[in-house]
Amino acid sequence: MSVYPQPPELTQEELQRRNARSRALGLFLGALVILFFIVTIAKLGGNVMNRPI
Amino acid sequence: MTIAAESLETSSPSFDKERPTIAFGTARDYYELLKPRVMQLVIFTALVGMLTSPEPINPILGFASLLAIAVGAGASGCLNMWYDASIDALMDRTSKRPIPAGAVKPGEALAFGMTLSIGSVLFLGLIANWQSAAFLAFTIFFYVVIYTMWLKHWTTQNIVIGGAAGAFPPMIGYMAVTGSVSLESFLYFLLIFVWTPPHFWALALVKSKEYARAGVPMLPVIAGPDATRLQILIYSIALIPVGMAPALISHAGLLYLVVATGFGVVLAYYAFDLYRKREGDEARKAAFRLFGTSILYLFALFGARLIEQLLPLLPWSLMK
Repeated sequence: MSVYPQPPELTQEELQRRNARSRALGLFLGALVILFFIVTIAKLGGNVMNRPI
Repeated sequence: MTIAAESLETSSPSFDKERPTIAFGTARDYYELLKPRVMQLVIFTALVGMLTSPEPINPILGFASLLAIAVGAGASGCLNMWYDASIDALMDRTSKRPIPAGAVKPGEALAFGMTLSIGSVLFLGLIANWQSAAFLAFTIFFYVVIYTMWLKHWTTQNIVIGGAAGAFPPMIGYMAVTGSVSLESFLYFLLIFVWTPPHFWALALVKSKEYARAGVPMLPVIAGPDATRLQILIYSIALIPVGMAPALISHAGLLYLVVATGFGVVLAYYAFDLYRKREGDEARKAAFRLFGTSILYLFALFGARLIEQLLPLLPWSLMK
């Protein structure tokens, strides 16, 4: 038997709410990545291509 | 037991006292924590502040800056709800907010608000400049610590002084583009600052019993409804020249001047109407009418200024 406290068993409603929240969080993080990328390109401007190869 | 846990017992059918509480909040609950209606006003006024700057704005960086300012404002709203959850639970108007309703736990709201506050300030600093980021940080501090934790519970002038936090966005928007403030952006600060008391007190007049129950020293609770009506009238009359000032002593145009004058007079008229009607349903209706008109007033003035700034950018204007 585990010595750690077991997490509570979730009801159907709780599961649905948790899943919806996880999806929203995933979308938010994805949007943040895209925003950071676009803003970085906008900040760099033409210099984005200016690097030694 | 926390407010959230107490209200979970009553509002959520699936809550069980014996098991650990888990978060019930959906994305919508977290969005509500950001006070979206206040955010709309912040976005709108900060945008006008940005567009009145003489310097060109990269549209992507401008949009991102506006987003950072809006999220910073939302974060301060979230921290306000976290701190005031106990009094929100006592008032009908606020009892359905996510924390008193039990959808979001206070600790989660605190973490959410702090993360967004720090994130928005850093983001604005990195994409715009650190002056505007510092200004945004100060605004969040002012709203959460000076207004929410101190003024709101201490003085009848709470929303007068605290109103400064809601008035800063045009200056932050301008500063995000230029790194400094202008007379015009300061005049917009002044406009929102003077607009806040009649706007808020009109609502507080109707909700004074709730504020009294929650122990918040709003002006109608302490000084009484008649004194509040007089104060509303004085501020509304003062708002006419303050609203016109950006056209008279700065760069706003004729459209703005006409709208500011017209709406300023209408708002003062409704304030006078509220001053006269002191009893019963008529008084209540007059208060709601003034409250609604005050929102329209601000959107009309900033909308007019926005149109003035955007018209020259339209394709047919560029062809001239």
